[in-house]
Amino acid sequence: MNGGFSLTRLGALLSKEFIQMRRDRVTFAMMLGVPLMLLVLFGFAINNDPKSLPAALVATSNDNYTRAIVSALEMTGYYRFEHLVANTEEAESLMARGDVAFVVTIPGDFARRVARGDNPTILIEADATDPSVASGAISTLGTVASQALLREQGKQAEAAEEQASRLQVIVHRRYNPEGISQYNIVPGLLGVILQMTMVMMTSMALTRESERGTMENLLAMPASPAEIMLGKVLPYAAVGAVQVLVVLPAAKYLFGVPFIGSLTLLLFSILVFVMSLVLLGYTISTVARTQMQAMQLSFFFFLPSILLSGFMFPFRGMPEWAQALGEVFPLTHFIRIIRAVMLKGAGFSDIAIEIGALWLFVFVFAGMALLRFRRTLD
Amino acid sequence: MNAIDVRNLVKRFGDKTVVDHVSMSVAEGEIVGFLGPNGSGKTTTIRMMCGLLTPDEGEGQVLGFDLRHEGLKIKREVGYMTQKFSFYEDLTIEENLQFVARLYRMSPVDKHVADTLADLGMTSRRKQLAGTLSGGWKQRLALAACIMHKPKLLLLDEPTAGVDPKARREFWDEIHLLARGGLTVLVSTHYMDEAERCHRISYISYGKLLATGTVDEVVKNAGLTTFVLRGDTLNEVASALEGRDGVDQVAPFGTTLHVVGSDKDKLETALADIRARPGVTVEAGETSLEDVFIQFMAGSKDNMP
Ligand SMILES: Nc1ncnc2c1ncn2[C@@H]1O[C@H](COP(=O)(O)OP(=O)(O)OP(=O)(O)O)[C@@H](O)[C@H]1O
Ligand SMILES: [Mg+2]
Repeated sequence: MNGGFSLTRLGALLSKEFIQMRRDRVTFAMMLGVPLMLLVLFGFAINNDPKSLPAALVATSNDNYTRAIVSALEMTGYYRFEHLVANTEEAESLMARGDVAFVVTIPGDFARRVARGDNPTILIEADATDPSVASGAISTLGTVASQALLREQGKQAEAAEEQASRLQVIVHRRYNPEGISQYNIVPGLLGVILQMTMVMMTSMALTRESERGTMENLLAMPASPAEIMLGKVLPYAAVGAVQVLVVLPAAKYLFGVPFIGSLTLLLFSILVFVMSLVLLGYTISTVARTQMQAMQLSFFFFLPSILLSGFMFPFRGMPEWAQALGEVFPLTHFIRIIRAVMLKGAGFSDIAIEIGALWLFVFVFAGMALLRFRRTLD
Repeated sequence: MNAIDVRNLVKRFGDKTVVDHVSMSVAEGEIVGFLGPNGSGKTTTIRMMCGLLTPDEGEGQVLGFDLRHEGLKIKREVGYMTQKFSFYEDLTIEENLQFVARLYRMSPVDKHVADTLADLGMTSRRKQLAGTLSGGWKQRLALAACIMHKPKLLLLDEPTAGVDPKARREFWDEIHLLARGGLTVLVSTHYMDEAERCHRISYISYGKLLATGTVDEVVKNAGLTTFVLRGDTLNEVASALEGRDGVDQVAPFGTTLHVVGSDKDKLETALADIRARPGVTVEAGETSLEDVFIQFMAGSKDNMP
């Protein structure tokens, strides 16, 4: 009877929370709608092999070969030559402004070199700030250009082979030489979606009770802080589970992200990650006095965590201090786990440290929440 | 053992002392009324007693448990009804009761809930959302919910505000029935008739406990003299008396006028010329509890901002 923790009481809190969640249709719809929406939005940006991108042509001569190359490039559908400029400085500024995604430079001596059997060169500069934009356009480039050249020369097949190897297409990826694979993003997106919904929802768990005036009653009844905490966070963890059921299959079947690791291991990691998130949100709700404050605190947390977690920029590419800061976000560790498991087929021992870090968050956040929890209305 | 035994409770919000050295003892099975003007500290005192606020000073026992250290034990045995409705408006009546029953680990839950619903006469409305109940029904639901787990002490903060007379009568009958069974009740109220149904009352004003005792004791100790005036020209008499030395209150009651003063001789002097008026009769009257409270309020305004 005097036990500090009672499953009956926890059950009461859980079922109450589930009923309230179900009745609050807008929030409920949001919890399931937001992941879908983000997935579709991001999914399109990623999955779309972008075509017809604006390009600038720097060509000083207007010979047959040059024209053949240009029209071949246009035929691929990736390039849309909107600017014909005379010098590289002009092209440079077009790209810096973001007016063009590519600058194709065909040197003035191109035709002469082809005729002489010398090594002709084409320089293609791609704005790789968004690498998924440039990758398709670049990958087709070499073959397209040399075929065009050969057609124009009317060479025989055998001789053509030999000639083709001489054409040099030089590609400069500008601004982001490392380039992130698009597959990186969908798994990371699961982490971001979970973080956003889980933290935001639970950060209002207690403030909602205070603002509605039900806190006074709840505190006057014999529920312990741990029971209240679990009663608040577990229902949201269940919502997280549903989100995972939506996002994981979508990643695999809709966006064709390869999944070569162990599903069990991934689900286990997700569970720990979600627990750390709901407890973080709950900790926020023990600090915030109003729902507005809870929102602000959540966003205060979201931005750096998304920027520094390796979701948007390569983690190892950041300065040391930023990397150190990035380690304090559960998202950072989760993104490493999910990328390792899904894409590289990592086993438990490979990611044990990261899972350990997530557990640490679970205990630290739970401890902080219990310490911060106000048993009184003071 | 007293159900409530608290000494010198002090609560400050900022630099404002809201409860100022309040001591209170309530015997088991006693019904004590807690009265005082708005903002006098009743709710704050009750919250300290059930562990919802930490006193800045003072100590005490509630149901034998230490106020400061055994809050959880107190919570299990106390039924606290908040002044503002604080059950879940987005839960049905039945779901709210189930929630409470489970939190107190009552079993079987369904039977307790069904009985409570039947007592309330709400069985057919049990699927109604609590938020859609009328004010009085919300009060009745809250009261039923906090009695459900058979507490030893009830702390009721204005439980009958907005409740109709019949339900109020039933409520007090029920309270007396429970008290005979050993339940102790501390109930705050602004209604005089409810105060008179309590075994004892405590009067608090601006954080200070000014009077405590049975209604008769409180009235007697106040030492007020009351005259009842009758006649045709009472309006004129009332304005003539207003502000005279020795006259503290002038209040019309139907066709009569109650004149109250704390100094009997001064009051007699003040009334001398009225007695002489034709058509006006002056008789000694009974001082009511309300007269006493109004006297208290007038008195304490002087020493509080
Ligand atoms: N949390 C708080 N912070 C600051 N001041 C408070 C707080 N709670 C109460 N007070 C102040 O304490 C004083 C006493 O309030 P309390 O609610 O105890 O009065 P009350 O006797 O219950 O009044 P009423 O009859 O209107 O219910 C009021 O002046 C109120 O403004
Ligand atoms: Mg009050």
